[in-house]
Amino acid sequence: MKIHEYQAKEVLRRYGVPTPRGKVTDDAAGARAITEELGGRCVVKAQIHAGGRGKGGGVKLAANAEEAEQLAGEILGMQLVTPQTGPEGQEVRKVLIEEAVDISRELYLAVTLDREAERPLIMASLAGGMDIEEVAAENPEAIVRQHFDPHLGLLPFQARAVSSGLGLEGKTARQTQKLLAGLARAFIETDASLAEINPLLITGEGDVLALDAKMNFDSNALFRHRDIVEMRDLAEENPLEVQAGEHGLNYIKLDGNIACMVNGAGLAMATMDIIKLYGGEPANFLDVGGSASQEAVKAAFQILVSDPSVEAVLINIFGGIARTDRIASGVVGALEELGGVDLPVVVRLEGTNVERGREILQEADFDFLVAQHMADAAEKVVTAAAEKGGA
Amino acid sequence: MAIWVGNETRLLVQGITGKEGEFHALGCRDYGTQVVAGVTPGKGGQQVDGIPVFNSVDEARAETGCNATMIFVPPPFAADAIMEAADAGIELIVCITEGVPVNDMLKVKEFMKQCAEAGQQSRLVGPNCPGVITPGQAKIGIMPGHIHRPGKVGVISRSGTLTYEAVWQLTNLELGQSTCIGIGGDPVNGTSFIDVLEAFAEDGDTEGVILIGEIGGSAEEEAAEWIRDHFDRPVVGFIAGRTAPPGRRMGHAGAIVSGGKGTAKEKMKTMRECGLHVVESPAELGETMAKALSS
Repeated sequence: MKIHEYQAKEVLRRYGVPTPRGKVTDDAAGARAITEELGGRCVVKAQIHAGGRGKGGGVKLAANAEEAEQLAGEILGMQLVTPQTGPEGQEVRKVLIEEAVDISRELYLAVTLDREAERPLIMASLAGGMDIEEVAAENPEAIVRQHFDPHLGLLPFQARAVSSGLGLEGKTARQTQKLLAGLARAFIETDASLAEINPLLITGEGDVLALDAKMNFDSNALFRHRDIVEMRDLAEENPLEVQAGEHGLNYIKLDGNIACMVNGAGLAMATMDIIKLYGGEPANFLDVGGSASQEAVKAAFQILVSDPSVEAVLINIFGGIARTDRIASGVVGALEELGGVDLPVVVRLEGTNVERGREILQEADFDFLVAQHMADAAEKVVTAAAEKGGA
Repeated sequence: MAIWVGNETRLLVQGITGKEGEFHALGCRDYGTQVVAGVTPGKGGQQVDGIPVFNSVDEARAETGCNATMIFVPPPFAADAIMEAADAGIELIVCITEGVPVNDMLKVKEFMKQCAEAGQQSRLVGPNCPGVITPGQAKIGIMPGHIHRPGKVGVISRSGTLTYEAVWQLTNLELGQSTCIGIGGDPVNGTSFIDVLEAFAEDGDTEGVILIGEIGGSAEEEAAEWIRDHFDRPVVGFIAGRTAPPGRRMGHAGAIVSGGKGTAKEKMKTMRECGLHVVESPAELGETMAKALSS
């Protein structure tokens, strides 16, 4: 789960991470009031979940309260396009107003899970503000890496290793070590999957401040973090994905025109892949769950057909414990309840009682295209989508 | 022959009084597995279709001599259930539960390491996996037993239904399986591809292996390199998620391309370079294995 910058800073401040003073608002007049309160120059920052906001014109410096109001008015409501949003952009609903601080140097700090080492990993670099992936690609030795034990936390000598690896000295080094300890603790205690400060700022006086912050969380651990669940901003998520989540379905919207409904995540990915292999473009990832019940299939259908770019549907179900004939009845039942759909629907069923399952599909009022195996299904659905699109 | 699960398996089911736990405990028994005990704290003394329920794994172990466990405990308590089983010295722990927090798994791994250092070695398969089956002998998990057939192909996978797909293709080609193992779709899990491959290497009757990976992490690359250096039987490989958008979690917690790493393309490339028979289409797993075995 993702949260906004202002929320990430709120979480990190609880762990002693210093940030510039600031407040969030959803209207321009509020921006003026906050700037007056902060006492002058400030930065107006669009709050959307995607990164690269500055490049898209979502971060602006205001010399005074009047200008802050004007800039906030421009940024609020805009469709902010960044390298991470896609061409349609993301609507800005909130801005963070922060005191402007003088910048001497910018660093990069992040904690993430190193899957191979099965330990949290601190990554730090002097190239703050830059994308860490670019640094890793161009100049990998410029990244300081430090694993730590999730149960013991970041030990003082490990924090010192990071700050000296970055060449920091004196007060700046001490403050960075303290900040790192807080960041590491925040990462573990909130079940974060990423805690990133980019850039970490060093002021002219040598003090450190988190100028930007980003946190993602392990969705599986949200049951023990009520406060973080409350930070979820559904407006930032795809409405179809939100709707699918409410039905316990796993759905991810993609750019193609062939919708697919599959039981199991691995088979769902493989189905997308085989559609592509046969020259089609998948419109989504959708896992209806291992048993593919009638209710799940119905909810899934509703979501799939509400995507206007869909021109054909592929249902690929491997009936294991759940028998194929029952699944076929469920698919037919769901379509009957929905009053049919105006799209070609290719169904590929495999597993227990598959002959009976196929018969049920053939006997239904709806004209299913019944496929014999996965390759056949991919071929049929790609052809059907091309015909539908060309018609 | 086979690995890890067989006629000698004496299975405990943790969370047996839950709906899923009961259903699959009986499913395993119907397949032929000796299901000797269940555990649900507070429900000791009950029975589930004749299977005695105990309050703790220690108790179940002492009373029934169970040597493997299948866990259906809900995610907030699953890590505790695994550690309880490891503490009781259960040799094989299969955790089916999906949704265990990563931090809990880090704790589990540390605890199991301590148990092993104290001389008590358990193997954890999963979490978030379909389980382990040795066709014709026993199954520990939620896979449909009847699609399998005893034979000589080993199957290892991070997925559930995609594994069934591969198994079904093999069975339809009359290629049986020695043991099929779902290692699970989470970023931190108990058993790696290499752990399974090492066991297959020791098993003289496994003549070839199907390895099904997916995007995220680098376990497949490590497995491919291990195969290149240590495994001389044919391995057919597939990676799911070539069309997955970067930065999105594709259903499984571990199936994510992050920071440009863990892509299907990269994994398939490494697998090919290491001599695996990599298939582009998931529909060709069975045929490719058949060809590799006959050549």
